[in-house]
Amino acid sequence: MATEKPAARLELVNERMLQFGGKWQYASAPESTEPVKLEKKYNLFINGKFVAPKSGRYYPTINPATEETLAEVADASDTDVDLAVRSARQAYEKYWRKLKPSERAKYIFRIARMIQERARELSILETMNGGKPIRMSRDDDIPLAAAHFFYYAGWADKLEYAFPGRNPQSLGVAGQIIPWNFPLLMAAWKIAPALACGNTVVLKPSETTPLTALELARIVQDADLPPGVVNIVTGFGATGAAIVNHPNVNKVAFTGSTEVGKIIQRAVAGTGKKLTLELGGKSANIIFNDAAIDQAVEGIINGIFYNQGHVCCAGSRLFVQEGVAEKVIRKLNDRIQTLRVGDPLDKNTDVGAINSKMQLDKITELVKAGKDEGCVPHQTRCTLPKKGFWFAPTVFTNVAMSNRIAQEEIFGPVLSVLTFRTPEEAVEKANNTPYGLAAGVWSDKGAKLFKIANKLRAGVVWGNTYNQFDPTSPFGGYKESGFGREGGVQGLLPYLSLE
Amino acid sequence: MRLTVQKTYKMFVNGQFPRTESGRSLEVKDAKGKFLANVCWGSRKDVREAAVAARKAFGGWQKKTAYLRGQILYRMAEMLERRNAEFITELMAMSGKTRVQADQEVAKSIDRLVWYAGWADKFTQQFGCVNPVAGSFFNFSVPEPTGVVGIVAPERPALLGIVSTIAPVILTGNTCVVIASQKHPLCAVSLGEVLVTSDLPAGVVNIITGKASELVPTLSKHMDVNAVVDYRSDMATFKASAVEGADSVKRVIGHLNITEKSWYDDKKCQNPYWIQEVTEIKTAWHPIGV
Repeated sequence: MATEKPAARLELVNERMLQFGGKWQYASAPESTEPVKLEKKYNLFINGKFVAPKSGRYYPTINPATEETLAEVADASDTDVDLAVRSARQAYEKYWRKLKPSERAKYIFRIARMIQERARELSILETMNGGKPIRMSRDDDIPLAAAHFFYYAGWADKLEYAFPGRNPQSLGVAGQIIPWNFPLLMAAWKIAPALACGNTVVLKPSETTPLTALELARIVQDADLPPGVVNIVTGFGATGAAIVNHPNVNKVAFTGSTEVGKIIQRAVAGTGKKLTLELGGKSANIIFNDAAIDQAVEGIINGIFYNQGHVCCAGSRLFVQEGVAEKVIRKLNDRIQTLRVGDPLDKNTDVGAINSKMQLDKITELVKAGKDEGCVPHQTRCTLPKKGFWFAPTVFTNVAMSNRIAQEEIFGPVLSVLTFRTPEEAVEKANNTPYGLAAGVWSDKGAKLFKIANKLRAGVVWGNTYNQFDPTSPFGGYKESGFGREGGVQGLLPYLSLE
Repeated sequence: MRLTVQKTYKMFVNGQFPRTESGRSLEVKDAKGKFLANVCWGSRKDVREAAVAARKAFGGWQKKTAYLRGQILYRMAEMLERRNAEFITELMAMSGKTRVQADQEVAKSIDRLVWYAGWADKFTQQFGCVNPVAGSFFNFSVPEPTGVVGIVAPERPALLGIVSTIAPVILTGNTCVVIASQKHPLCAVSLGEVLVTSDLPAGVVNIITGKASELVPTLSKHMDVNAVVDYRSDMATFKASAVEGADSVKRVIGHLNITEKSWYDDKKCQNPYWIQEVTEIKTAWHPIGV
């Protein structure tokens, strides 16, 4: 039987290699950076103007694919954050909360349109600053960011229909902290519902990817929003802490690691600030014997290597039913050899640069832990660029549930493959984690698929697909993956009071 | 004259009425300070046992049909109605209410159970939806129970308070560990007798009596309790709870400073959004095509 000597078979599989002759070579198709006009220095966006930080400090932001400095960016101090919060408070009291909701809607529609208009430039900038393939920033990040503003714009004057029997009220100033994996898109996820619900905003982008958020500030200016309604302050963890701890902030929204999320939850405890957390994950992707295997393999690849695995809902734990395990692993190994890793600006690129040195070190450390614990790595045989931060797509077999790589969020292009026999075992293993962000289920049997989807303790379940996002579709976690939802009608609640 | 047989007030855990493992008890006095009964002075270990029972009951209770959960809540109302004389007597003795006031509280508690019973097969439609995503996918969102929920019931009203806090939590499929009123715990224990005759599966509701200062932190710190809804604590205690809850990213929700009178206010304390706050939205996607 096929499953008798899996270890020996796997070794053989590892030696196989598909031969494409010369037909698999792609001529490079780099996107031009010409539409992007970088400034030497970026200031803070407070009260409708770009102002120098009181701290006087700036830090370089780089292109992780080349390690070249793109610009100097302000590092906001407590004083700067205080100014931003004051301006947001004033804008809230003076204009925004009093503004007719239908007018509020029109401002947000304007932002959506201007993101669409500047899509090309924003995509390129996103790729330059974050290292993600241009195909993704062009097709996913930027269009989805615009769509998010467009969706929530329409809610601004319809809130009473969203919460029957209640008179929803805005909260005040929202302090928002976002990560570096989808910089502009996360800014849109945060700002759009906050504004639609009548709040004003102080947003801090990640220290490694501040540039598209600062371009968004320019769009906010161009859209003629009242000064102070949106404030964007750049900086590091201390800047974020200053926002979270500011007494004049009424709402805190954070997307990032579970570790930092817990610190924020403690800081906000008992202050009356409303809190939403979108935290980490170790999402399960479950492949049944009766799945359409080729589609499933594409789904696995997309689930873990999309955006270099820098996705909080990445399908980083693969559970394959034993009957197809050998086949799936063989096909996975073949498929990772066809992934094109390299220049993020190249339109052919599948896997771009790791976002930062820090993240690369973390991935490297966990992959080493995987090897030390006896897991077997299979990697894309590719030449990685000399400069920049890179990690070859990696698939681990021989993984046990207790191994670190099966437990901890790696946030990189690293997949752990585990197997199961029965649907019950798959559910048990998939749920056996403190996280509960997302999951994938692959089966051609609808009844089975919905039964499993029902039993998984996760906020998003993708059936026969993975990593789909839409502004109308709520996203967020169970358990230690956080609380509150972003997207959809449910995404309004974190920004409103129903009392 | 015949001597009456008194009731031993125990706790309600896993469908049974155990004493506290600690062997301790607290005196309950009437409004004039006269001894009424001893109740269990529940311990941290009792809370942990209750959390285990609640976790064990969660899977089965969540899987019951909404229709059945609704019927069981309705049956709780039926059982309470049949035993209203007992609750009226207890409320009068324990909290110094007049017969009219006690009668009003029991009646309100029954009506509130009926109101929430009706939500069991409606909250999914109220809080869930089908989402018009821009792509060829079928996409829908449904509210699911958060899991094991800790409830810190208000001190007063002793019966209406606990009924109004349990019902919105369990109707969706959550299970719970309730810290009963410290000063007026008798009705909470008697409520256990109502629940046990209402076809409510063992462990869905667990009621612990004792000192909040000891019991609440155990709930907040417990790594297998998904949420704590607090209707009683002062701000400092609530804050401590919320800090401790962060270790497991617990949903720590406070509805503090609700006056006794407000519990009778349907606009305020009969609240569908109290159902929603201990649910999680799950969104499922599936491609459409042939």
